Amino acid sequence: MSPVQTAVAIAYLASACMFIFGLKQMSRIRTARQGNVLAALAMAIAVVATLVELGKVDYRWMLLGGLVGTVVGAVAALRVAMTAMPEMVALLNGAGGAASALVGLAFFYTHVVEPGRVGTVAAIVGTASTLTLVLSLWIGAVTASGSLIAYAKLSGRMRGAPVLLPGRHALNVVLIAAVLGLGVIFGWVAPGLGTGVGLIWILFGLSLLLGVSLVLPIGGADMPVVVSLLNSYSGVAASMTGFVIGNNLLIIAGAMVGAAGLILTQIMCKAMNRSLANVVLGGFGGGDEGATQEAGAYQNVRSAGPEEMAMVLEAARKVVVVPGYGLAVAQAQHAVRELADLLEQRGIEVAYAIHPVAGRMPGHMNVLLAEADVPYEHLWELERANSEMKTTDVVIVLGANDVVNPAAQSTPNSPIYGMPIIEAHQAKSVFVVKRSLGAGYAGIKNELFEHPNTNMVFGDAKKVLQDLIAELKSL
Amino acid sequence: MMGMLLVGVYVFVLSIFVGFEVINKVPSTLHTPLMSGANAISGITIVGALQAATTGDATVSNLLGAFAIALAMVNVVGGFLVTDRMLRMFGRRE
Repeated sequence: MSPVQTAVAIAYLASACMFIFGLKQMSRIRTARQGNVLAALAMAIAVVATLVELGKVDYRWMLLGGLVGTVVGAVAALRVAMTAMPEMVALLNGAGGAASALVGLAFFYTHVVEPGRVGTVAAIVGTASTLTLVLSLWIGAVTASGSLIAYAKLSGRMRGAPVLLPGRHALNVVLIAAVLGLGVIFGWVAPGLGTGVGLIWILFGLSLLLGVSLVLPIGGADMPVVVSLLNSYSGVAASMTGFVIGNNLLIIAGAMVGAAGLILTQIMCKAMNRSLANVVLGGFGGGDEGATQEAGAYQNVRSAGPEEMAMVLEAARKVVVVPGYGLAVAQAQHAVRELADLLEQRGIEVAYAIHPVAGRMPGHMNVLLAEADVPYEHLWELERANSEMKTTDVVIVLGANDVVNPAAQSTPNSPIYGMPIIEAHQAKSVFVVKRSLGAGYAGIKNELFEHPNTNMVFGDAKKVLQDLIAELKSL
Repeated sequence: MMGMLLVGVYVFVLSIFVGFEVINKVPSTLHTPLMSGANAISGITIVGALQAATTGDATVSNLLGAFAIALAMVNVVGGFLVTDRMLRMFGRRE
């Protein structure tokens, strides 16, 4: 090893350590911002080390790609609305996956096609690189196209409801078998030149197709799991790329991202009391509100207006808000904050009960409320919220549905039975702000709506809150 | 060659364990920023992308490399910036 190579290797090691520390800091509120900066710094070191390792080369293509990517990334990051964060993360996942797949393709061209070398790919670049080349191409492409479908569903460009193609499980099995079979032929049987070129693009295409067919059948509200899982994949794809080019830094950083994604996936699945397989196989629920009709008729539903709600709130001491996806759709986070301020001025305690899968990505509600300057100490996780429910005077359910359905505890044959819920029905009084009595994602009746303590307030979350604020001010 | 693959597998598996240990018990408030931040880290694939575009010719590998660099940079720059934007919101009251 030359001194330069040694220095580069040490720089890579330093970068890997900084990624680990950065991630560790990112998982604590106090240090999170610092951790993010540290990880960004680690990335900068990695890029500089790579450039040093390459020596003097032609930088034109690098500059072009780097410039375009930087501008697009920066503009997107600075302009995206907090309500659109799930879409943004889905697109970023896709970009990462696609980049890894393209590096795999490029590696094939630089090492086999462009030098014009004869023989199978495995004979030319070695077994290890060939195996991981196919894997990085496969996982990267699945991540890319799967993320695009997730993006389309999250942004409303495609309906959130599961798209169930006939024989979709068979199709997936065939696609996976084809990718595996072609991967073996590509690496070890066919000559790298000619046939290999065709095969690698077919592999790429089939992998993209697989990503689409894997995400299509998964419904809108299962997106927190899908986005977490794709996040994990994008890390694994980067890791595989590390194997291909023989760089441990990529293997380490990618594996850690893979682990982070898996942890979040696990948390989300647990919060819905469903197995990962159940989510991934898809077909659950109707997607967006009102998409399914089998909710059953409601009897004895009491509805109330903002006036009545204002009066009850006025007399309360402790108020808990349960936000859901409807809050994001109505962009009502600032109105909620305004209401909370008004109540707090009157000496009423206000907190927010956040279900882990509320919204369309892990932590979605927390980000929205943070945008509205709600102190994070006022956000209660499931356990804390439920321990306080019995002493809560008023619960306001804002655009949430299945996560407050008592059927999860009381009706053993309910599809959501066993799912941890926020026990809003334990509170003295409940107001459910909702556009209609339509079913939630699970497509089932919500027993909370018929509960004797419950009042339904029909309307758009933001509109209702604004009326309510006006009422409170006039009281 | 198999030896190098094995070493890589060791590193991979151990890193997954490190990842699990390091990120364990993350509070739900940080779920979104952790995800976007981790996502930016997966842009480390930029290292591979840079190695693919090292000449000035309009070859397939250079085109693929440049495209991969662009995507990885979207991932890196967009990911870290948007994460910082979110984390700034969490801390701004202090």
